[in-house]
Amino acid sequence: MEYEAVIGLEVHVQLKTESKMFTTARQGFGASPNTYTDPVIMGLPGALPVMNLQAIEQSVRVGLICDSEIPEFCKWDRKNYFYPDSAKNYQITQYDQPICVGGELEVELTGPSRNVMGEHRKVKLTRAHLEEDVGKLTHFERDSLVDYNRAGTPLLEIVTEPDIRSSEEAVAFLQSLRMHLTAAGISDCDMEKGQMRCDANVSLRPKGSDVLNTRTEMKNLNSISGVKNAIESEIRRQYRVYQKGGTIVQETRRWDADSGMTQSMRGKEDAHDYRYFPDPDLMPVRLPREKVESLRAELPERVFDQQRRYQEQYDFPYTLTSVICFDFELSRFFETAMASYGKNPKALANYIANDLQRERAQSEQDGLLPIIDVKMQPAQLADLVRLVDEGVVAKHNAREVFIEMFNTGRDPEPIIKEKGLADDGDDGDLEAICKDAIAGNAKAAEEFRGGQAKAINSFMGPIMKASKGKANPQKVREMLEKLLSE
Amino acid sequence: MPEALYQQTATELQQGLQEGAFKSVDIVRSLLERIDAVDGDIGAYLHIDKADALAQAEAADARRAGGKALSDWDGVPISLKDAIAVKGQPLTCASRMLENFVSPYDSTVASKLKDAGCVLLGRLNMDEFAMGSSTENSAVKPTLNPWNKECIPGGSSGGSAASVAALECPWSLGSDTGGSIRQPASHCGVVGIKPTYGRVSRWGLAAFASSLDQIGPLARSVEDAAALLELISGKDNRDSTSVPEPVPAFRKALGQPVKGLKVGLPKQYFDNSEGLDPEVREAVMAAARHFESEGCELVEVDLPHADLAVPVYYIVATAEASSNLGRYDGVRYGYRSANASDAIDLYYKSRGEGFGEEVKRRIMLGTYVLSSGYYDAYYLKAQKARSLIRSDFAKAFEQVDVLLAPTAPTPAFRRGENTEDPLAMYLADIFTIPANLAGIPGISLPCGFSKSGLPIGFQLLGKSFDEASLLRFASNFEAAHSFARQSPEL
Repeated sequence: MEYEAVIGLEVHVQLKTESKMFTTARQGFGASPNTYTDPVIMGLPGALPVMNLQAIEQSVRVGLICDSEIPEFCKWDRKNYFYPDSAKNYQITQYDQPICVGGELEVELTGPSRNVMGEHRKVKLTRAHLEEDVGKLTHFERDSLVDYNRAGTPLLEIVTEPDIRSSEEAVAFLQSLRMHLTAAGISDCDMEKGQMRCDANVSLRPKGSDVLNTRTEMKNLNSISGVKNAIESEIRRQYRVYQKGGTIVQETRRWDADSGMTQSMRGKEDAHDYRYFPDPDLMPVRLPREKVESLRAELPERVFDQQRRYQEQYDFPYTLTSVICFDFELSRFFETAMASYGKNPKALANYIANDLQRERAQSEQDGLLPIIDVKMQPAQLADLVRLVDEGVVAKHNAREVFIEMFNTGRDPEPIIKEKGLADDGDDGDLEAICKDAIAGNAKAAEEFRGGQAKAINSFMGPIMKASKGKANPQKVREMLEKLLSE
Repeated sequence: MPEALYQQTATELQQGLQEGAFKSVDIVRSLLERIDAVDGDIGAYLHIDKADALAQAEAADARRAGGKALSDWDGVPISLKDAIAVKGQPLTCASRMLENFVSPYDSTVASKLKDAGCVLLGRLNMDEFAMGSSTENSAVKPTLNPWNKECIPGGSSGGSAASVAALECPWSLGSDTGGSIRQPASHCGVVGIKPTYGRVSRWGLAAFASSLDQIGPLARSVEDAAALLELISGKDNRDSTSVPEPVPAFRKALGQPVKGLKVGLPKQYFDNSEGLDPEVREAVMAAARHFESEGCELVEVDLPHADLAVPVYYIVATAEASSNLGRYDGVRYGYRSANASDAIDLYYKSRGEGFGEEVKRRIMLGTYVLSSGYYDAYYLKAQKARSLIRSDFAKAFEQVDVLLAPTAPTPAFRRGENTEDPLAMYLADIFTIPANLAGIPGISLPCGFSKSGLPIGFQLLGKSFDEASLLRFASNFEAAHSFARQSPEL
């Protein structure tokens, strides 16, 4: 029998806020243990939670990006359990009235090659609810240590419908979520720092059926490849069980990246009774429609909408949109440059996708120079493109100017002057050089006159050589066309 | 004017300080001597740092001498129930669980009192984690009723009431979850106010039941109680359930006429057979007749769901408590069992050894009513019944300005009388619990003595945030009957 996988994801995303979910203690990654704490985080007697409005707004923005319903009211519940990762021994979360209901997120599956766009589809969401993150335990042979720095960090749990059919789709979902959330400044989604964490529910069913079979829940998927490998490993395991006529037991399994296997953590019968009840310390949250609409108005353009717009409006190829649109820092660089000179989007995009990325890679040992450390500003790049367009500097010389701008953060014009790269505009000279070139290649001249437009390229090499590279190719082309048609 | 400083009310002390008749250190010394003399018997205090109290008083005197008094109350001492956090002072909730815990932060009420310059004198005994009606559940020691040491002082704020009655502090703060200010005030013959839920910040009050808890004043005069309520009230950004309602100058309500106003007598509070003591009934009816003689109209009102209050309370309060007390686990602070074999065992043993019987009983009750499969039958149903109780009061206040009722069904009972019978103990709060469930304010004030010489109190209940009306009626009654200024022979 042929099987298909039915996969649902629960993605925990740490929201970017100044302070924690229910107190003014700072939040962030990498501080020395137990420094981002206060009476609320430590669960001292008498401490009370107060909701962080910024986290509410960030969550609403996630919902708006995903076309979720934002109910007018949501509320807070306590999830009670004893474990040292939570100082109060309960976690404040949203049980039955979450901040976002339903919705869907567009994803792009891997295409047949890097240069060809993959299939787009939408993954349905069940809900997203806001809660507080828990502390971090480190276990040693005899003791365990706990760090409450992470405790209380605003955490949005985004739950998909069992609407995913393969590990590739699961990965595509996470990538899309990360692109959208980073672009909107909602989260940095760095899985290595635990800012995005994923659990996956997996079951199998006969292909074409619409039953939902017993599922298992995979925890501890702390990287994109972990998600991919764990799902694939679990699909194989369930397949083998079914092949042998066995049944799948509902359980929670832990992914062990080292062994590449999932191991049973606990069965259904060990499920906690969390004794959920509304948190009496917190009032229900009312979200006025005007507030939701003003948040909607401020949202950045969705990644795939931007991609389609660039394709239609600027005629960008996929290779360009996949670089510019899928990286919000580059698309922001592009948009800012466009605002200062919008006449040649393709040239701008090409500089960003090729030259900028190349130079960033060359100035960093490992990976790319962070965009914040790039000295060249978008408006300066726009200036360079304008100067090329206006014929002030020849396009083939602009690269040298670009590199100098990237390295120094200086404006293009003084660099052009200093390096003597300005197109001197001496058409008399150019005309003489072109005439020489035509005279030196009568065959090509004949071919051009006979209608073979490409033949004109044969003159370019000698002309560039004769002008010592200073000739502007566009002007050369115009001059050649003029001379050849005389 | 009483001869000794410890006998004076806070208002009198404040006036004397302003007139320069004495200093804050004189007051504190007088109180410390009084405490030394009587508290060995009464047991109202759990902790006093004498040197620190005198240092606070000296600082207050220096401010006043320099013309920089923080407020009229600068240098007036106060003591707090041991569930209200003061930075650097013990916060034990009279529990073994917190016997060595010192608060690293101030409650909002403590900050407000410090801002006013009050001397935070000491920590007052209570039922463990405010669970009880007799202060017999203190893990440290019982507090005795200053009027009769064979009797309980009421609870859970027994130390707060007894200390004020025994002239061991001019006024104090307690907390009221189901009557824990009003019932001991009634048993000790002092004035006690449970403010409207949301009137006073709970930040820094070790939680028993979050949706019911409210800090409030105990004092020997309505004026003192009103002044203290002014000092501690107001919206607090650290407590989401505190309400941005303006805080009136409560003392302005004192002495305002009550003629023509309507006083409701809830028939369920007088008719029922829940053991309303005839002497209590007679004293409370006499208080009602006082208002009639002042030109008020007495109106019988119906609170049809009054009988649901106790069962609803013991579901809601225990459910919240079972979660609120989860934090006491021996991991980060507080009592930690030395006998634990592993992490899970550490929870079991620390909590098993650290909590007393009543606390464990209520945690188990609360855990049960929230359990999967029982939630709808208990907690959800209790919440629905709670809204019926709330609307009973709302309807009653369409007819009348205040409600008048007994505070407790009997005068203070004898020590040990109810300790083996938790249900009998729970019924001690039958008249006080409804106000907590409805969130409305209540004041208890003394209205006489039983034949055996025990104080009897009555309570006035008002609309939400209408403490001013309660104070108006209370001051009118007090003007004619100065029961609260009578002190027990000690």
